Amino acid sequence: MDKNWPIWEVFVRSKNGLEHRHFGSLHAADAEMALENARDVYTRRNEGVSIWVVESKYITASNPEDNGELFEPAQDKVYRHPTFYNLPDEVKHM
Amino acid sequence: MSEKEVKNLEEIFEARIARDEKIEPKDWMPEKYRQTHIRQISQHAHSEIVGMLPEGNWITRAPSLRRKAALLAKVQDEAGHGLYLYSACETLGISRNELYDQLHSGKAKYSSIFNYPTITWADIGAIGWLVDGAAIINQVPLCNTSFGPYARAMVRVCKEESFHQRQGYEIMLTLCNGTPEQKAMAQDALNRWWWPSLMMFGPTDAESVHTAQSMKWKLKRKTNDELRQQFIDQTVPQADILGISIPDPDLKFNKETGHYDFGAIDWDEFWQVVKGHGPCNKERMNARVSAWENGEWVRDAAMAYAEKQSKKKVAQAS
Repeated sequence: MDKNWPIWEVFVRSKNGLEHRHFGSLHAADAEMALENARDVYTRRNEGVSIWVVESKYITASNPEDNGELFEPAQDKVYRHPTFYNLPDEVKHM
Repeated sequence: MSEKEVKNLEEIFEARIARDEKIEPKDWMPEKYRQTHIRQISQHAHSEIVGMLPEGNWITRAPSLRRKAALLAKVQDEAGHGLYLYSACETLGISRNELYDQLHSGKAKYSSIFNYPTITWADIGAIGWLVDGAAIINQVPLCNTSFGPYARAMVRVCKEESFHQRQGYEIMLTLCNGTPEQKAMAQDALNRWWWPSLMMFGPTDAESVHTAQSMKWKLKRKTNDELRQQFIDQTVPQADILGISIPDPDLKFNKETGHYDFGAIDWDEFWQVVKGHGPCNKERMNARVSAWENGEWVRDAAMAYAEKQSKKKVAQAS
């Protein structure tokens, strides 16, 4: 048995209406302790109204080496942006 | 990877930093960049953690509930800062346990200022005012450093640090406006903490081996001597307001440079303390190691409990 406490990633919603944002990570034996620790480590000054914790091993991340094939194709698709389309100035509100 | 390919990657990497792009954990980075960051970030984390010890000494003896609540909150912040920094450091591929091992075995260093004792309540004031003041000057430029997780941790740390300095200065102010004995206590604390605080900025530029590389990677944006001068220039007027004097007969405002000239720093003392011969090096390490070792059964029990609970859940689900 691995006796070391696993790493958890912490996401905090700073106020209602905003999304949860990644705040950092911490070690905890289980989910409940991860929540308690996250509260003490990341929200000592009203930084949040809601916390998510997820064990880091469950996160699958893209690899920066693949950034070319993943993200570059979007660069030559200018027709996805409104400014690509030419309209006369007389057309308002569009 | 061939040597040529590595060289090429290094050039791309240096160019990214020169353009002020941030480096994130999964990005390619030179091994030396990784090692330097592990060294500096962990040293910083260890300093926060060991830094709790001298102040923890006074929590139960704080002179009022107001002071006690503030000191508790400050020490808790130091723990938090240590944790932000450890987790930033772990993104570089080193485990928390390895980091602790490095601290406990003496392989990793921490700020030598924490090897001085806190013998009176005024020391808590002086630490907040001077030690946290010096730390802020060291840390603010790091909010813009090139390694993303470190920069983000530093933004959080810096936001919280200013309360630390203000609570320390308020303690000094109260003592200096108190009885002659209280004022003498404040002066005594300043006498003992002044020089070690100046040493917190590290060796002079001429002696500093890491400065050039660290400036290039934006791990440092100003040199040790520049930061030290900034600290002196801003602290001397604060001592004047307190009505106590900086223990340096050579300290004098230089109208030409617009800065204070100051006396020679005893670098022998600095290196003695760094090498483990300060007044409290052994005590600090003993406290850390025994906390870690005596807490082992608690960590193990928590882990055993977590496993038992998760097995129960699986059993219930099936």
